Amino acid sequence: MITVDGIHKSFGKVRAVRGVSFDAPDGKITGLLGPNGAGKSTTLRILYTVLRPDEGSATINGINVVDDSLAARKCIGALPHGAGLYPHLTARENIAYYAKLCGLSNDAVDERVEHLVKLLEIDDFADRRTKGFSQGQRTKVSIARSLVHNPQNVILDEPSNGLDVMATRSLREVILKLKDAGHCVLFSSHVMQEVAALCDDIVIIANGKVAIDDSTDGIRERTGCDDLEDAFVKAIEMVGPA
Amino acid sequence: MRTLLTVFAKEVVDNFRDRRTLASALIMGPLFGPMLFAFVINLSLERALDDTDRTLEVPVIGQQHAPNLMGYLNSHNIAVVEGPATRDAAITAVNNGERDVIVVVPESFGEQLADMVPARVELISDQANTQAERDARRVRTALHGYNQELAMLRLVARGVSPQVLRPINVDEVDVSTPSGRSAMLLGMMSYFFIFALLMGGMYLAIDTTAGERERGSLEPLLSLPVTRDQLMLGKIAATCVFMAVSLLLSLCSFFVALKFMPLEQLGMTPNFGPAVVVAAFFVLAPFVLLGASLMTLVASFTKSYKEAQTWLSIVLVAPTLPILIVSILTLRPQLEFMFVPSLSQHLLLVDMIKNEPVNLIHVAISVSSTLAIGAALTWICARLYRREGLLG
Repeated sequence: MITVDGIHKSFGKVRAVRGVSFDAPDGKITGLLGPNGAGKSTTLRILYTVLRPDEGSATINGINVVDDSLAARKCIGALPHGAGLYPHLTARENIAYYAKLCGLSNDAVDERVEHLVKLLEIDDFADRRTKGFSQGQRTKVSIARSLVHNPQNVILDEPSNGLDVMATRSLREVILKLKDAGHCVLFSSHVMQEVAALCDDIVIIANGKVAIDDSTDGIRERTGCDDLEDAFVKAIEMVGPA
Repeated sequence: MRTLLTVFAKEVVDNFRDRRTLASALIMGPLFGPMLFAFVINLSLERALDDTDRTLEVPVIGQQHAPNLMGYLNSHNIAVVEGPATRDAAITAVNNGERDVIVVVPESFGEQLADMVPARVELISDQANTQAERDARRVRTALHGYNQELAMLRLVARGVSPQVLRPINVDEVDVSTPSGRSAMLLGMMSYFFIFALLMGGMYLAIDTTAGERERGSLEPLLSLPVTRDQLMLGKIAATCVFMAVSLLLSLCSFFVALKFMPLEQLGMTPNFGPAVVVAAFFVLAPFVLLGASLMTLVASFTKSYKEAQTWLSIVLVAPTLPILIVSILTLRPQLEFMFVPSLSQHLLLVDMIKNEPVNLIHVAISVSSTLAIGAALTWICARLYRREGLLG
């Protein structure tokens, strides 16, 4: 369960996020949708505690991300945008490294890695060094890696970037499996169709502000557009320039 | 602590699989020093032997005018050979570099000698050419010797003691020991060790900071439920291990290499046995923490792998500065120097190689001050990793 309450973040003169608020409940998939540079990544980075908000607050399972960032991180599995693996380690070793860092005992590490290898269907290449992996393989390993501590909340920043149809499809299955297991899934994208196909709630942000926060049908209704792409464009226009 | 060990183990395994890191830690550093050293020693040895043992061939024009002088030269390992026919041809030959030294004995030589006026001999050489000048010096010394001998003979013929010509007799007493003489040349050894040490951890320091950021693996790492201090300390610890291994290997490789260097022929017997190798390791070991934290700190500020490489090559050279300044100013070792990292290690090492007693208070100051600076830099690194600007 993630709660964002009026967060602001500036980098020098650039005001990346200007008062974003939304909730992402457990057992649901929440999509953060917006054009490039809308402030999606900045918002997510604040949630997984890599950045601190200038104003406003955010909580994970009720834990403030600034005041107790370590405890907050325990409840988050994060896939940052363009996350990289260690090329000299195998896929399995990459996942096991994170599991050990999260404090799992040696037996638990093996068990957990095995479970994730099955869950994300990476058996075929689990024992190969990750150097030369395809984008799809890398994303799967990165997601597996971020789930080692079985976090209640999963934050994925543009996970489908650079994936082909098959890889996108299997990514979608993974996200649905997480939802069914009762996790709170929050992911960002700039592709309307992808978000619409998967999400229970959609938060459209543009120029650092929330344009609309609603279900797919709700968005259609409020923008008066049947076509999702038109609805997306209209919602962005509602925010106005920065 | 577990986190620290996990990071440490991962960085060691990861970098062990990286050929470049491994090559620089285990091959480059440890081999570079001894090889360069062997090269320099052999070069100076060759030159030293060159000067005394090699027969120098010198063309002389007008040999028939001074048969005694020719005999004298031949007896001083200078072979008189036929050369250019005229003085002009001789100057051209030296100018073109065909000959290094040519002696011209004018026709009037014998006559002037008999008349007791200074007899003229010409020595043609190119003084701008250092190699040729070494040969010219040998000929000049020989000619001077012949001059002295004739002068003495003349005095004796007149019943005057040749001692008259030597109002002062200078006796030089050299107090340097063979080990002491070694210290001059072997003084640069300490830098090789520090260089090998830094080289051993350089790629690791880059990989764990700038490399990790460039690869995009830093952000997911920082979003784990782990404190950043522990991550940082684990990384520095891994860098320390690579540096220590590199240092140990370079000490051992020097130990072996010295056995094959004919240093006795240069009048040097460095005190570098197994005991000194062990002692040197412990004197230099505190520098490992300083080197690892300094390199990690510098690499943390850089934006990319390449930029980190550029800055760290400067860090590689930095430890020479104090050593250089002190040797240029020829300062005697004093207590204050022991507070300066790299310089203190250098001075202690030189003492050991000279086989002079090592002041234990100096060792204590060197070790503790170097460790203190290393610890301070490590603390700064950990602080730096708490900043959000770290992600660039």
